[in-house]
Amino acid sequence: MDIKRIFIANRGEIALRILRTCQQLGIETVLGVSEADRHSRPAQMATRSVCIGASPSAQSYLKAETVMQAALSTGCDAIHPGYGFLSERTDLAHMCEAEEVIFIGPTAAQIEAVGDKLRARAEAVAANVPVVPGGAVNSADEAARLAEKIGAPLLVKAVGGGGGRGMKLVENLAELPAVMDMASAEASAAFGDARVYLERYVASGRHIEVQLLGDGAGRVIHCGERDCSVQRRYQKLIEESPAPLLPEEIRDQMRDAACRFAARLNYRGAGTVEFLYDIAQDEFYFLEMNARIQVEHPVTEAVTGIDLIAEQIAIAAGEGLRLLQQDVHFSGHAVECRINAEAPERGFMPSPGTVSTARWPVGEGIRVDTHIVDGASVPPFYDSMIAKVIAHGPDRAVAIARLKAALNAVQISGIDTNCQFQAAILDDPDFRHGGVDTGFLARWLAKHEEAA
Amino acid sequence: MSLSGKDVEEIMALLESSRFDRLSLEMDGLKLELVREGSKARTATVAPSAPAPSTERQGTDSAATSPAASAAPTPTSRRSAEDGLLEVKSPLLGVFYRAPKPGEDPFVEPGDRVEEDSIIGIIEVMKLMNSARAGISGEVVEICATNGEMVEHGEVLMLVRPD
Repeated sequence: MDIKRIFIANRGEIALRILRTCQQLGIETVLGVSEADRHSRPAQMATRSVCIGASPSAQSYLKAETVMQAALSTGCDAIHPGYGFLSERTDLAHMCEAEEVIFIGPTAAQIEAVGDKLRARAEAVAANVPVVPGGAVNSADEAARLAEKIGAPLLVKAVGGGGGRGMKLVENLAELPAVMDMASAEASAAFGDARVYLERYVASGRHIEVQLLGDGAGRVIHCGERDCSVQRRYQKLIEESPAPLLPEEIRDQMRDAACRFAARLNYRGAGTVEFLYDIAQDEFYFLEMNARIQVEHPVTEAVTGIDLIAEQIAIAAGEGLRLLQQDVHFSGHAVECRINAEAPERGFMPSPGTVSTARWPVGEGIRVDTHIVDGASVPPFYDSMIAKVIAHGPDRAVAIARLKAALNAVQISGIDTNCQFQAAILDDPDFRHGGVDTGFLARWLAKHEEAA
Repeated sequence: MSLSGKDVEEIMALLESSRFDRLSLEMDGLKLELVREGSKARTATVAPSAPAPSTERQGTDSAATSPAASAAPTPTSRRSAEDGLLEVKSPLLGVFYRAPKPGEDPFVEPGDRVEEDSIIGIIEVMKLMNSARAGISGEVVEICATNGEMVEHGEVLMLVRPD
């Protein structure tokens, strides 16, 4: 099926990223914008833009019915949801299936299968993909037996939690019954779901994820992995590909495991399987699968030369996978910094406002994904990420040097950004060495606060 | 960034020579608001009750929400500015219907009187029918939206001459 006109149900840099590929493919675009985004760069670039609602996301970008109606009324044959917003909401995917509009993403059933944590974990076990030792517990006896098997330290996690919420650490197994009672009561109050499960506590782990493309009929290829261990409060800040200093057999096993997981679901489109690599145990565990294009996809594009959005569109149009695994080649190293409108020196306070001037770097191996131009507004209603600066080089050291120079060349006035903060992290000796764990940035911040 | 007295004078002169009644400028923590008094310009904006379509005087809404973004006025909005008419805007994106059912009489025609809570049309979003209300009382002058076609959030549905 030919796709002639795509409705873009997103905003900011990812809307512009999708627009660019559509332009190259000769596909018309209709962009749904909120009131605040009426005059944004993506709105100017789209073939047409329509105002779908008021500025708060809940009244515009999160309204699945309105997006669906807008796509139908403007004669679009496909919807690209980008990331966030409606990208992993089954209602839009279901509606698209009912209205015979192509959803550029997986099926609603696949979104459901990977969206629930316990369900996804069971799918991983069934696909023979390693999971963090642990599991659901229904009684104190069961918990004690399982805890004995996992060993201390371990985490008691709420089924309804996530993003670091609803977790309790147990260092001594004698404390388990008391912590379980408390965790269950708190989970019930906070998430309306008292169910908890136990998991081995990984003291030092790296966040490594594998980029996948699936044809929806059981064939899945990977486009390498990304290391996203530099995080602040579970928000990724720096991502790179390939993962540095990772044992080669672990890298291969991870890539295979990710393909196995997605192939078993007959996964369709672009997706990412996230793993936690336990440095001390030299083992990796399945965390979750993200059923969408991700923010950090450009580092994969830089090292593989693949346009992942174009592949998403081709798969959605029924062309299947245009690449065999052996067609995916990896060249050099790429690192990305997320640029946020925030003030790191003031507790990462968000800094919305109007950008008076924006000068983005150019240069060998440099790519900037952004919707921010002179006069652009950064509304207070949405995520604070305004750009991604990506550097590619023949090796990691060159990529980092290029990225550092690029960050120093960024000139944004009118709002605060974390550019200099990111440049300082790139200078850290541990980061330069490579392979830092997910606790790296918290320690770095604590050290620099003390010094200040 | 700061503004001298001379800068403000120049901005005031710009406003004087424009067709706008109000200017709102925000930059680098500085906020300047100028409102033209005199002549017969009304400075108050009509504040609609919550679910009703918003009715605002042309020129004031775009300036108030986004100073950088005053789009070129459409022919209908120019007419509303000239004649002192108010725009009844769509409260949401959807398909606009002028009548309760196909074949029935439209809710309103030009020349009809509407009250604030008068239903003036239906906006359908995925088979869910939402009634649109006038939000202002007066006489309907022109129906701007086309029956059976999509209207955007904030698109002008009709022009009303207020009481």
